[in-house]
Amino acid sequence: MSITPIQWNAVVRDARFVELHRRKSRFAWTLMAVSLAYYLTLLIAAAYFQNVFRLKVWGVLNVGLLFALSQFLMTWFITIYYVRTANSDFDKMALAIADDVRAGRIGAA
Amino acid sequence: MTRFIAHNIFGSGFFLLTASSAAEATNATGGIAGSYRWITFLVFASVIALTMYVTYLSAKRVRSTADFYAAGSSITGLQNGWAIAGDYLSAASFLGIAGLISIYGYDGFMYSVGFLVAYITVLLLIAEPCRNLGKYTLADILAYRNEPRKTRITGALSVITVSTFYLTAQMVGGGVLVKTLIGIDYEVSVVVVGILMLSYVLFGGMVATTWVQIIKAALLVIASLVIVCFVWMPYGFSLPAFMQDIVLDGRIQSRVVALLGDSGKTMSAVELGQRFLEPGLLFKAPIDQISLGLALVFGTAGLPHILMRFFTVPDAKAARKSVIWATMIIGGFYLLTLFLGFGAAKLVGPQNILAVDAGGNMAAPLLAQFIGGGPDSLLGNFMLAFVSAVAFATIVAVVAGLVLASASAIAHDLYVGVIHSGDAVPAHKQVLAARVATLVVGGIAIAIGIAAKGQNVAALVGLAFAVAASANFPCLVLTLYWRRCNTTGIIAGMVVGTTVAVGLTLVSPNLTYPLAVRSSAFKVLAEEPAKRARINAGLASDDISVREKATRDAGSLDKDLLKARTDLVKVQGQQTSFVGLEKPLIGLKNPGIFSIPLGFLAVLLGSVLSRDKRAEALWDEVQARRVTGLYTSQPSAH
Repeated sequence: MSITPIQWNAVVRDARFVELHRRKSRFAWTLMAVSLAYYLTLLIAAAYFQNVFRLKVWGVLNVGLLFALSQFLMTWFITIYYVRTANSDFDKMALAIADDVRAGRIGAA
Repeated sequence: MTRFIAHNIFGSGFFLLTASSAAEATNATGGIAGSYRWITFLVFASVIALTMYVTYLSAKRVRSTADFYAAGSSITGLQNGWAIAGDYLSAASFLGIAGLISIYGYDGFMYSVGFLVAYITVLLLIAEPCRNLGKYTLADILAYRNEPRKTRITGALSVITVSTFYLTAQMVGGGVLVKTLIGIDYEVSVVVVGILMLSYVLFGGMVATTWVQIIKAALLVIASLVIVCFVWMPYGFSLPAFMQDIVLDGRIQSRVVALLGDSGKTMSAVELGQRFLEPGLLFKAPIDQISLGLALVFGTAGLPHILMRFFTVPDAKAARKSVIWATMIIGGFYLLTLFLGFGAAKLVGPQNILAVDAGGNMAAPLLAQFIGGGPDSLLGNFMLAFVSAVAFATIVAVVAGLVLASASAIAHDLYVGVIHSGDAVPAHKQVLAARVATLVVGGIAIAIGIAAKGQNVAALVGLAFAVAASANFPCLVLTLYWRRCNTTGIIAGMVVGTTVAVGLTLVSPNLTYPLAVRSSAFKVLAEEPAKRARINAGLASDDISVREKATRDAGSLDKDLLKARTDLVKVQGQQTSFVGLEKPLIGLKNPGIFSIPLGFLAVLLGSVLSRDKRAEALWDEVQARRVTGLYTSQPSAH
């Protein structure tokens, strides 16, 4: 499928690629785990800790409703945090590597 | 204003409770009064004309397969964000969630949360890699490092399966909606939805489909914002004040009594109202809710028509940007469902919503009508017509996206990829194949829509998400992120994930079990004399509140009796469910909690138990391109 013969194994062994890959994977999977855990807590608590969800906090608004609403903030926070990091950090590193590959500085056959 | 509703909807709706059946509840109450029908046609015609004009403009731009499937990768991040929101905010989530909140309270809102959180998975794991590695379809990603022929066939079949489930639900929902709203025959409505959708896709391909989604999403958000402003303004935009009124509402309190049965009878009025804001009115079995939540969160990332959206943007950065816009729009909209749903419960009343449609789907349109001044006012009917036209556009647009996804699986994966083994097929021939496939899929969609008339299709959307989460999602994630993943694993994952999800659904309580239906119907009939005697005693009472309660009870008894009789006719001569079971084998309504882990396990086992040199040799390339976006396929190749 590759357009020009590229030694892809050389690209993935390049120190900058290893660094980018490690950072990006760690970042994305950590955020994934955190958000999933936060969401699962809502599901499990709605099912098994209904007495906690019933507690009224703000007028008639109870823990359950506020927790459900907080999922929106969590989603938006994770989305913005990821996109900002990816735009400022990962894209620059990826672009530098891609330029070197296109120019034949890494991975040339 | 209140008087009109009380007279028209409550009065006649109460009568109709006894006269209309559940599955297909369609009657004049939810529709538009004859004298105002011209408004409906005018509004519908304007919305359709707008989308048609866009299709006409788009049609000139569709020359290559890249244009047809991926809008020439020329859509910007912002535009694509709106289009994703359009794809996602299907009639099920717009009408369905508002309806579920209006009749079940808190539990209905859990759908909003699940559908939104799902976008995190799409953003973090799927969107960028898809843009970096794929061209037009899900199978493009799977076939990249696995044996192309086999994985294209399995991938395409899975796409067609998921799309068909989703499509059937949309077609039936669309048919019922149009029938309820403007009173044309169900079959005619389905054909109209089908023809409109086909004209968007056939002439305008992905360009038109995208723009129709953008227009529709914008109209949907505007309509909802207007309604929510009117609902919330009287409370000075204070959430606790608004919710306080929900808790104190008499009709909501009696709805909770109806849901809780005996246990609700000992609770005070305020406790009952408060109960509407607590979990457990819809999801009786805790595990059902968890299972559904998992299917939503992982299923979205495996829905073919959502994945396809990431091929329409030029690069990973635009893919990312489109997800951020999509989460903002979708999240904002789902926050509005809270007010649409609770507002409808408060202003229209759960009983009146249920009287028009047993699934609660008419909550948002009825709320719009109320806001505008009720069923006897010009503005009320205009609002109803506008919301209905948006809902209609929603169905047509989502169906268009689904048909495009299926057609690409047939034309791009099966015809070009498998039959021609990926050899160069001239561009004009590929576009022709795509159009022929669209026509075939569209025809089948219309036929299925008509054949499934009167069926309960609510479970089908759940099933589409379950298959996407259990088959497509594990295969995608593991082929993208796991070195050892290979062809055998992909095939095993697709087969096991789909089979388990579909199989568990077939033996679940979602199907109709004639024996159970019959025995509960007989029970209702047997209890009638005793209940009737109690009601008559109540009607003869001197106390007005006792007499009022007796009148209400009489109404609900009549409704139960009618349902029991209708049910008995429906299951006449049947002993077992569709798959030959007398009673469900499992109590679980959504298979996700079992089928998702099994799907992953199948990919893992299949991959570990076999070796595939190509899959391993190409791993470096997959990794490098996934991370750097090098040589992302661009439409310029044609």
